Amino acid sequence: MCLGVPGKVKETYEANGLKMGKVDFGGVTREVCLEYVPETEVGQYVIVHVGFAISQMSEEEAEETLDLLRQIIDIEEEVGPEGGVA
Amino acid sequence: MKYVSEYRDAELVKGVLDEIHRTVTQPWVVMEICGGQTHSIVRYGIDQLLPSEIELVHGPGCPVCVTPLELIDKGIAIASRPKVIFTSYGDMLRVPGSERDLFSVRATGGDVRVVYSPLDAVKLAQQNPDREVVFFAIGFETTAPPNAMSVSQAQALGLDNFSVLVSHVRVPPAIYAILGSPHNRVQGFLAAGHVCAVMGYWEYPPIAEAYDVPIVVTGFEPLDIVRGVLHVVRMLESGEAAAENAYTRAATFEGNKPAQALIERIFETCDRKWRGIGVIPQSGWKLRPEFAAFDAEGRFDVADIQAEESPLCIAGLILQGLKKPHDCEAFAKQCTPEQPLGATMVSSEGACAAYYRYGRFATE
Repeated sequence: MCLGVPGKVKETYEANGLKMGKVDFGGVTREVCLEYVPETEVGQYVIVHVGFAISQMSEEEAEETLDLLRQIIDIEEEVGPEGGVA
Repeated sequence: MKYVSEYRDAELVKGVLDEIHRTVTQPWVVMEICGGQTHSIVRYGIDQLLPSEIELVHGPGCPVCVTPLELIDKGIAIASRPKVIFTSYGDMLRVPGSERDLFSVRATGGDVRVVYSPLDAVKLAQQNPDREVVFFAIGFETTAPPNAMSVSQAQALGLDNFSVLVSHVRVPPAIYAILGSPHNRVQGFLAAGHVCAVMGYWEYPPIAEAYDVPIVVTGFEPLDIVRGVLHVVRMLESGEAAAENAYTRAATFEGNKPAQALIERIFETCDRKWRGIGVIPQSGWKLRPEFAAFDAEGRFDVADIQAEESPLCIAGLILQGLKKPHDCEAFAKQCTPEQPLGATMVSSEGACAAYYRYGRFATE
């Protein structure tokens, strides 16, 4: 139930007074309530639970995490296992 | 799929695992709070790739598992009434109540429907003005904003045939309960990333400090989980105890303010009984008195239903990290996903179901 899935917002609209959107999950499109991520625009990624976007994905942070983890591996290759990564 | 496949990169996962192997010098017990993380850990065999010094124990973060038996009996009683359309997340239908489950109510003519979103239940109420639509509003902080929105929408639309059967639970009081137990073995936590996406993690630094335990906000993909473990192990090894965020792409310190605001408007905190664990003070949310009209317990007069648990099931000990699923004598014998004795075998997020599905039948 807590397994939120990241998807890309394809369009936004209003229904019954709520901000809604079509969100693409790797080829499958679903209607999602965007009321909790009011700033989100078309083309951005959101994390969706039970039909609600509960978080707008930070693409910057997503890349930074990967870079950080790649660095762990790179440093390990350069200085060997005792290098110590603070 | 973008933002999923990168976080399943085997080479990166191996790199982080290597770093964990280099960092660890002594045994540590780490609990992942969320059942979604348990599932991911067992599915990818992450627990078996970690150094033998690190024991992962599985926490209580399975909403279906901790929903008390009497609430399921209440749901069954309501769903059995004529004119009722009883709606629920799919997982709840197979959870055994005292005598039967919601599926069997459907088999005997009850109108029980699975909805994807609570707003689908509101829509059903709009479309069926001569029926009573009830939504089984369970879950942690992740389903609270959607469930709160269903009540807010029903009110805005003037629906008088929609109500919710609420059993909301919150993570921080459960962490306090685990750490306060004299049997506690947990030395560090992987906090549930999506709960924190909603609520933030400002509640965790005081816990980390008071109990001297590292708490790391962690995501759900394999790379997220090993990263979370690395953060916890680094702190444990260096004697630090702080709350850190290893899921920065989705969770922030403050969390989702609009979601918190609606939760606050619709719900208030209350003591809540957790299935298999017992009452944890201030660990739940219930509807505020001004939304009593939407409370299914009052509307259908089921508030007094009580229930008894199966004496064979040790789900409570598993949910507190005190036992593993294969420690249970009934596991994979009297208790299987087809014939579950307890909720941890039913839900896809339950530790017993994950162990059964991925063939963890014996202690390694």
